Amino acid sequence: MDQDRRSFLTGAGKFIMLTGAASLAWDAVLNGTPDQAPNYDATAHWWAMTIDVDRCIGSGNCVRACKIENNVPDEPGMFRTWVERYQIRPDDPEHPIVDSPNGGHDGFAPIKDLPPGTKVFFVPKMCNHCVHSPCVQVCPVGATFESPDGVVLVDKSRCLGCRYCVQACPYGCRYIDPRTHTVDKCTLCYHRITQGLTTACAEACPTGARRLADLKSPKDPVHEFMRTHKVHVLKPQLATRPKVYYNALDGAVR
Amino acid sequence: MGRETRYYGHLIRVAVVFGLGFLAFVIIRHSLVPTDFGVYGFYRAGALDDARALPISFAGRDVCEVCHVAVVESQKESRHTRVSCESCHGPLAKHASGEFNPKPKTLHPRELCLSCHVKMAGKYDGFPQVDPADHGGDFACTACHQPHQPKIAMETGKKK
Amino acid sequence: MPGVEGFIYPNEVELQWSVLIVLYPFLTGLVAGAFILASLERVFNVAAVRPTYRLALLTALAFLLVAPLPLQMHLGHPERSFSMYLTPHRESAMAMFGFVYLWYLMAVLVLEIWFDYRRELVLTWRASRGLKRHFYGALTLWSDNISPEALHLDERIGRIITIVGIPSAFLLHGYVGFISGSVKANPWWSTPMMPVVFLLSAIVSGIAAVMLLYVFLSWVRRRAIDMLCLDTIATYLFYAFIIDFSLEMLDLVHRLYEADESLKALDFMVHTRLFVSQIVLQIGLGTLVPLGLLALTQLMRFSDARRRRLYVTAGLLTLVGIFAMRWNVVIGGQLFSKSFLGYTSYKMGFATREVLLPALAIMVLPFIILAVLLRIFPPWEDEPAKAELLR
Repeated sequence: MDQDRRSFLTGAGKFIMLTGAASLAWDAVLNGTPDQAPNYDATAHWWAMTIDVDRCIGSGNCVRACKIENNVPDEPGMFRTWVERYQIRPDDPEHPIVDSPNGGHDGFAPIKDLPPGTKVFFVPKMCNHCVHSPCVQVCPVGATFESPDGVVLVDKSRCLGCRYCVQACPYGCRYIDPRTHTVDKCTLCYHRITQGLTTACAEACPTGARRLADLKSPKDPVHEFMRTHKVHVLKPQLATRPKVYYNALDGAVR
Repeated sequence: MGRETRYYGHLIRVAVVFGLGFLAFVIIRHSLVPTDFGVYGFYRAGALDDARALPISFAGRDVCEVCHVAVVESQKESRHTRVSCESCHGPLAKHASGEFNPKPKTLHPRELCLSCHVKMAGKYDGFPQVDPADHGGDFACTACHQPHQPKIAMETGKKK
Repeated sequence: MPGVEGFIYPNEVELQWSVLIVLYPFLTGLVAGAFILASLERVFNVAAVRPTYRLALLTALAFLLVAPLPLQMHLGHPERSFSMYLTPHRESAMAMFGFVYLWYLMAVLVLEIWFDYRRELVLTWRASRGLKRHFYGALTLWSDNISPEALHLDERIGRIITIVGIPSAFLLHGYVGFISGSVKANPWWSTPMMPVVFLLSAIVSGIAAVMLLYVFLSWVRRRAIDMLCLDTIATYLFYAFIIDFSLEMLDLVHRLYEADESLKALDFMVHTRLFVSQIVLQIGLGTLVPLGLLALTQLMRFSDARRRRLYVTAGLLTLVGIFAMRWNVVIGGQLFSKSFLGYTSYKMGFATREVLLPALAIMVLPFIILAVLLRIFPPWEDEPAKAELLR
């Protein structure tokens, strides 16, 4: 029974059965190394991300999925995305205790001797794909840039490895890949989102705290999300115009 | 090496050297800058294609549901309906594209389930959490909970 | 994690810019400073420093030739560095490096040296045989007109080049300060004072370096030191240093007064991780002591020998202090996390690409080049063989 269904589906029937997004995905998956999807118009999209701090449980699924999907080195200090845990203790609220053990890759251990009344929450971090990105501004050779659909990418064939962009990024989201000696960072899973899939981190998130958003699409849930939640970005005073929008971002978060 | 009679002759030679250098630079630049540079912005347009032509590891829930209809059925109104299959079963794009063997591995149930459900400060109210020390003893979580329908019906004590 | 205190973003564990990037501003600083000293004589007609004019130019050239080396060694892909000439991103200060460097090297320094030495080069060409003859012929571009009109033209052009060279030198080193000063993500770096402070400390270091070289080379050649020259240089060093120190203190006082969020993190860093390099080396031994010694020589009368010793001591300490300043800016700016919640540390290795041994080699190389330049372009005007040649 299963065998028949499979062979039917991989035949002509798939286009009838599948929704538009899934059919694009199916094609891409079947290809193994997906080529440029023929029906992707970059000007029709403006990619962003929403992160709901209230829903993050610190599972670390996103960090693991990102490392697998994007072949990120396992060494310390190389993260395209990571999760931070904040503890705001009642006796010293001015000084939050923050930790991110291996970027949250292996989850978090329960806190020993947690004083009652401590506020604890998890904050996933990633490249904010800023509209006025300081990293793009300082690249001397045009190796990092913002795509027409709003994703900040790195051209690995032109990057010199000068690390100026790593210095200029206020969010600490860039690192040097020791295998290519070029800079690397979150690409918003560009190879996935241009095929109708969502990002690996959003896919893996068990609570739906991380969601890919397309600001140019009128049907995208992001518009309702922004209307009904108190939304923040990181370091707004630097006017980088980040496109990762957090719900319930505590003022203590750096 | 004839005598240079013009008193400004050496200036002309310097100017020629600089001029040749400039010309060489223009020629080199023309041949080395990729033709698709600057098309969309100050970058090589081909970099967009490079960024898209990468292998996919996670297929996404939509793709799993195409074949595994029985699982979808069993997950109706489950607390795990929204959780992507690959959160637990790992990256499955290869599996979905036809390489059905070897079958995907899952972590040991206790380790896997606890990665989300261990009782810890910072999780939102109402999120099911257990302290492994006093829940379930040494049993794997799957001894009592069906992962696709994890909630145990309280009246009968049986898995739903 | 070892070396980490408090919380840092996970990608901040390792420093991005190493000791090589500390060396680069130090070297270009020496270039700019040496050139400014040379221009004192050429443009501002301070005749007293004439004995060091050519030495200063050659010193500037030697250091300028070595300056790109630490940058190349630091890059992940040095073979792609030519891209900065092919597709320079005009919004990036670093992209301007290639052109500013090339302009300063070719259109300012090389041309100025050429026009100043042309007469000697032609005469040497005529008086040599064999390989040396071909070499000097090429250097003169096989043009041998050294008539009075030609030399007068050279003099005027040289003067124009030096005048143009002064803002060019400002640009060469000022932009280095702008590279760090314009990074809004880093509060230790982000200040409009950065290019100014960098430039002034460059002038201080360049003057000190030429002064020390003059004393050292005079000792090697067993020639008397022109004390008027040395005193004048030391005076300019003193005043430049006062201006530099005042501006650095202004920056510090301003930060302490405004006391924004970053201050606590920076203050803590200065008192712990940067204590030796900032408080002891840069401010104490590297600024206050040499300023004090120089002030003494201005206020009191000392014998020639004692003044020389004081100048040499002050000069050496000055160079240590300016190097420490570069270290504190570059390395210091990366020791604290951009979250302001923690610190990492800098582990400088010994013998791989970006560490101590190459750094030392890069520091020694300019002196080797200078020794070669001194042979090709003898700067001294008190050599009997030279006088013979020029007759």
